[in-house]
Amino acid sequence: MIKVSGLTKDYGARRAINNLNFDAQQGEIVGFLGPNGAGKTTTMRILTGYMPPTDGEAIVAGYDVVEESLEVRKRVGYLPETVPLYTDMVVFEYLKYMGELRHIPNVDDRVDEVLDMVGLLERANGYIGNLSKGMRQRVGLAQALLHRPEVLILDEPTIGLDPGQVVEVRELIRNIGKERTVLLSTHLLNEAQNLCDRVLIINKGRIVAEDTTENLQARLLGAERVVVRVRGEADELPETVMKVKGVQKVESHSDGSVEFEFASGKDLRPEVAKQIIKDGYDLLELRPLGMSLEEIFLELTGNDGKKK
Amino acid sequence: MKNIWTIAKREYDNYFNSPLAYVVAFAILLPLGIYFSLILYVTAQNSFMGGGSAPDSTPINWLFVFLMVFLSPALTMRLLSDEARMGTLELMLTAPIRDFELVAGKWLGAMLFVLSIALMTLVFPIVLENLVSPGIDWKLMISSYIGLVLICAAMLAIGVGISAIFTNQFAAYFVTLGLFFFLWFMISLPANYLQEAGQVLNYLSLSYHFSQNLNSGSMTLGGITYYLSLTALGLFVGTTAIEIRRWR
Repeated sequence: MIKVSGLTKDYGARRAINNLNFDAQQGEIVGFLGPNGAGKTTTMRILTGYMPPTDGEAIVAGYDVVEESLEVRKRVGYLPETVPLYTDMVVFEYLKYMGELRHIPNVDDRVDEVLDMVGLLERANGYIGNLSKGMRQRVGLAQALLHRPEVLILDEPTIGLDPGQVVEVRELIRNIGKERTVLLSTHLLNEAQNLCDRVLIINKGRIVAEDTTENLQARLLGAERVVVRVRGEADELPETVMKVKGVQKVESHSDGSVEFEFASGKDLRPEVAKQIIKDGYDLLELRPLGMSLEEIFLELTGNDGKKK
Repeated sequence: MKNIWTIAKREYDNYFNSPLAYVVAFAILLPLGIYFSLILYVTAQNSFMGGGSAPDSTPINWLFVFLMVFLSPALTMRLLSDEARMGTLELMLTAPIRDFELVAGKWLGAMLFVLSIALMTLVFPIVLENLVSPGIDWKLMISSYIGLVLICAAMLAIGVGISAIFTNQFAAYFVTLGLFFFLWFMISLPANYLQEAGQVLNYLSLSYHFSQNLNSGSMTLGGITYYLSLTALGLFVGTTAIEIRRWR
């Protein structure tokens, strides 16, 4: 559905994106993560046919974004970062106008349908200029969904929404992502974590990581971390844990718990549990610690993306 | 073609939401009405004295066009510059419409608005037709209105073209106004002092073909071609400016 190879874009002397390669399949939600100025919006603008790349190729819904830009634009729904809207228009009229430009049959019915999807039916006759930021965001989303696009490209889709709306919009995206291709950029790492099948981490115009969030965690950690908690005094707990062969690093926390690491691949938790009980402790908790996407993100982008 | 019409329809409706359009309509129709009354008054005075000639409304159309030099840039200044300023250009450029369709749609919307005002001015020849015996010269009138439509089409196309270059609507207004001033006055000033070259300069002047030919009843091919070429040029400049925005 989306296939990008060698995509490069220069703004004058500045290279915004450099030799990007990735793809996204039908029925997949791909997250695009990266700090500000990393090249997310530039990539999305190229994929929507807004601007041509300096070099490389992008195929969206089977069409080349440069050679067959109109065909691509017919099949892509796009929500830009700063939702551009005609503030002097009524919500319904605006969506109808966009629908007419896309030659949608029975446009009035379809507009009602998408307004219902984004929960704005009761504001259909209000002026866009009078809507809150969150509502405008939803009008933008309605516009992107209007023509039932094969590919949906969303630049920060939940920004400015209140928590309730965020849940609704994510649910909407999740449903769309079951049948179509969704590429979304976000600053909210937990959003990527619970919405996306796969994430692309981009920094300084280059993709520094591309995988499922689980695989990224495993790959970056190289080791698994586990927290142990026992009842009562645990002064000698680190020594107990260290007795197990294969435990690499043990650390005591101020709350009395102990954290240890072992090489991923062989789960040492049963051995550690046995040892703790053998040494007379009452085992309360043995909890594996995942690496949060925040940590992954900082790990990959913090040090110019060199540290992996 | 359908996209051009869709965009034109929205722009046309949009004019009625903005006070500026009413100001422009008022600034055209009021002076025209006063001028028309004056023409009637002077003609009546002359005929009492037993002289003068039958009035026609070609001076009214000349004034319409002259006022458009100042007012048409106000109608076109925000058409594309505002889309760029507000970011809605991104929306248009990612919709399945050609850049030319966007520019032509904006132009057609402005054109329809001006045509609506022009339609109202038809009241003047109709009144004259009833006052003057044996009636006015309709062939002259038709030629004059064709000229008016053509010159307005050219001015609006240039305005839209310049609006596509700027993000600030006032910059678009003043550059368009400056260009019209040059094409209307400056270019024909030295023409009086030059022989053959003067002819060429006159030929390039915005007013020449309208004042000398179309508004005088002669529908010259040169005049029609001149205004149609300017219209095409304006739309071409607009389309190119949008394409350049994509590449930047």
